[in-house]
Parts: sequence; C-alpha cells; structure tokens
Amino acid sequence: MAYSSKVLDHYNNPRNVGSFAKDEPNVGTGVVGAPECGDVMKLQLKISEEGVIEDARFKTFGCGSAIASSSYVTELMKGKRIEEALRIKNTSIVQELNLPPVKIHCSVLAEDAIKAAINDWKSRRGAEVEQPGRAEHAS
Amino acid sequence: MVKLPIYMDNHATTPVDPRVLEAMLPYFNGRFGNAASRNHSFGWEAEEAVDKARTSIAAIIGAKPKEIIFTSGATESDNLAIKGVVEFYKEKGNHVITCVTEHKAVLDSCRALERQGRATVTYLPVDRYGMVDPDDVRRAITDRTVLITIMWANNEIGTIHPVAEIGRIAREKGILFHCDAVQAIGKVPVDAEAAGIDLMSLTAHKIYGPKGVGALYVRSKAPRARLSPIIDGGGHERGMRSGTLNVPGIVGFGAACETAAHEMAEEAQRMTDLRSRLHAGICERLDDVHLNGHPTQRLPGNLNLSFAYVEGESLLMGINDVAVSSGSACTSATLEPSYVIRALGVSDELAHSSIRFGLGRFNTAEEVDYVTERVVKEVRRLREMSPLYEMAKEGIDLKSFQWKAQ
Repeated sequence: MAYSSKVLDHYNNPRNVGSFAKDEPNVGTGVVGAPECGDVMKLQLKISEEGVIEDARFKTFGCGSAIASSSYVTELMKGKRIEEALRIKNTSIVQELNLPPVKIHCSVLAEDAIKAAINDWKSRRGAEVEQPGRAEHAS
Repeated sequence: MVKLPIYMDNHATTPVDPRVLEAMLPYFNGRFGNAASRNHSFGWEAEEAVDKARTSIAAIIGAKPKEIIFTSGATESDNLAIKGVVEFYKEKGNHVITCVTEHKAVLDSCRALERQGRATVTYLPVDRYGMVDPDDVRRAITDRTVLITIMWANNEIGTIHPVAEIGRIAREKGILFHCDAVQAIGKVPVDAEAAGIDLMSLTAHKIYGPKGVGALYVRSKAPRARLSPIIDGGGHERGMRSGTLNVPGIVGFGAACETAAHEMAEEAQRMTDLRSRLHAGICERLDDVHLNGHPTQRLPGNLNLSFAYVEGESLLMGINDVAVSSGSACTSATLEPSYVIRALGVSDELAHSSIRFGLGRFNTAEEVDYVTERVVKEVRRLREMSPLYEMAKEGIDLKSFQWKAQ
C-alpha cells in the first residue's frame, strides 16, 4: 500500500512526540485503543484556566497512519478552545492525511483521544464530564 | 555500499536465478512446441525438455518422474490434492485432518469442502513453537478419515513439522498423507519415500525458478494415491491435470531444482550463519525481542521476530529500503494479526509486532549488517514514540491495564 505524502511526512518527522507529567492539574491525558488491536494512542493536552489548549504531546503504538493521525492532531489542537477541539471530526483527519478506507479507524481513534484527553482535564477540575467515544463517527 | 533496496522476503517469492533464466529462454520462441504434439519434432523437443525437468524435480524429493504432475503453482497443487482426494475417496470416508497454521491454500480448500458438505475437517492446534504433535494426529483419526494434510515447513515462522512421524502414523492407519513442501524443497533435505508422503505440493518460484509453475507429487504405488481432477480437458498429466504444459516454466522449474539440489548443503549452512548473524546483531542491541517459531527445527533462512511495543507495519514503513514482511495485518481489511503467530499462543500485541526476515540465495553478510542497523535504529525511534514502551518502563502491567478499546 502506498502512503500519502502527508502520512509519510508525519511518520518521518512526527510533531510533538513526548509526555507531560500526568499529575499536573492543567494536563489532560487520553489513552485510547488497545495493544491487541494493534493501536494505542496517548494524547496529552496542556489546557489553560480559560479552556485554551496551549500545548500537546502524543505517543502512539500503531501503524504509520495511526502515528500520522496523532501527530497531526497535536498540531491541530494548539491554540484551540476545548469546545472547538471537541467539534473536530475524524473525517477532517481523513481528508488532511488522505487516509484510505482501511485506515479510517486510525482517525476515529485520534478523535476519541481528543475527547478522552479533554474529559480527563475536566474531571481533574471537577467539571462535568462528557462520555468519551460516544460521538457519531462519520466514516 | 550495499545496493538498495534490499530484498529479504524470500518466503514470499525469489528472483529467477540467471542460470535458470538462461535454461528457459530457448523455450519461448525457438523451441516453442506443444509437449502434447506427438507427430513432429517441435512437440518431441518440448516433451523431451519436460521429461528432463520432471526427472530433476522428482530427484529433489526422492520420487519417480512419472509421479510428478505439473500445475500452475502450489495453490493449485493444494487444491487438487485435497479436493481431488476427497472426491475420489468419497465412498470410503469424508474426514480430513489438517492444522491451524497451514497455508491458506490448504485451509481455504478444507473450508470450501466443509461448506459444500463434502468433508468434515479437524484443525489441529500447534505448540508454542508452531509444531504439530503427531499424537494429536493419531488421536484425530477416525474410520472416516481419508486424508491428512500437514505442511513440511511453515511459511511465516519457518517451523519444520515432524513429517516423518506423521507419515508413519498415516501409513500405519492406511490414510493418505499430503504435505505442502513449498518452503522446504531445496532448503532442507526432503524425501517423500522416507517421510511416508503420498502427495506433495511444490512450486518453482520459492527456489529461484519462475512464477506460475508448480507440481503435485502423486505416489504411484505402495500405496497408489488416486484423485479426481479438478480441471478437465485434454487428459494431460495422466488425466490428473489437463491443460497445455507451460514448457518454459517447467524447464525453469527443473533447472531451479538442479541448482538447489547441487548447492543445498552449502547454502543451508550459509543461510543459518546469516540468520544467526542477523538474530544476534539485533538482540545484542535491543531488549524485548522475541523469536517466533522453533529455536532449532526451522528453515535455515527464516527469522521471525516480535519487537515488543512496536507495531509491525510502522516498523516496515521505517525500514522502507528493506523488503521484509509483517504479521501485523494492519493493511488488511480485517485488521486481524497473523493467524499463524496467534496460533502460537503469544499475545495479539506481539503478533502485531512481528517481522519475518526471509533470507535467500542472493543475500550477503553486508546486507544483513545493514538491515540490523536499520532495524535497531527504527525500533529505538518507534519505542521512544510508543506509549506501551513508556508504560512498561514505568512498571505498568500492560496485560492488566484497563484499555478503552473502541
């Protein structure tokens, strides 16, 4: 299978790889997927008191498209308000990275990771938690 | 400097050896006759070339030339053996014994027979090295069993089954034994007689011959194996497989067998040395690397490793100037990892992390060193990017962790 140039670029030069300390109050951590499925994404967002995403980090176990999806998402997150971030659909990741149909699940996982990370941040602040992974996935 | 890309996927296919190609070339135009044309020199010339090839192919498995039936490849040979035997012996029984790590050509032939209600099939498990227990074979036999089909050596993990023991059991019980020996011929000594094999699938393109030509060995006596053809036509190949013979391909198959037989002992040692070099080179520099398959009872050129915490397809992407294959089926529509590796009882995560290195005749020590370097570097890079590696280093047990899978 040939990879799109954008997937290759993210795979070869992944943006924002790494970790924040999980216990920092302004950090939300989302870990989605499972090793037996061949994909695990960890997305961390540093979010200000005002609900603006200031920084993002990821680590991903998965194929090139999964790595590219999470790398792209970290770029996408920075500077967004959490409400905007929660509105991001997997389809925009599919479009940006030209993912083929068999790789759509990678984009779904990345969308789930955003929601999980933001929910984690909210729960740390005692705010109302939205259920992760319940959004309608357009694929 | 090594020439890139490096081909190290010789279980998938092999390049045609220049000596083989040279032998084939005259049969495309100058000597283009149909081997079935009995009344002119063009036909005789083709037939003579086919007979010579038949002799060379028979010799590599300890068979007689007339026991070799040419086919389009091992998939057809497997289909013919399994479906042909089940059809021919339908009055006698309808039970087939095989194992879970067989090639798809065997498994799917068995499933087709089950679906059509023509056979019941027992799929034997394998041990953690991918080996079938001959006692399991014995226990699975019923008075309705007509065929046992177990491969000589596995195409993914290289494990060599105890075929001679299985052959003894089959003979003792009077049941035909089919063996897919595609990965074994020319690599390790194969003797159909000594192993008690009645039908054997072979192919040219795994031993530096051309694609599109294979053979089925069908024992002619003690016992004579019978089968119903699955392709009807002019009655070629003693009525078992009709169709004009692929003369250039068959000539290439014969030449490939001659070369392989001649060089096998030396080549097997060279492959084993290269494999040890690759395995040791990788394990010296990386931790958490697991060998899939049997430590000693395996094909000389096969090395199948799981690199924990790294997904196989992403590793392939990182070593894109090296052609190897992965048990991660991330590119397949099912998203299931290799059924062969899963059958070993390892975790699915390790199945997703497996890479098959298939060393072959044209690989060099220099290439092995280059591949080692590339793999080590890429695994380290991907582990730095892997949440699983980070968790494992933090002492989190990945098996008991509550994953939020989709």
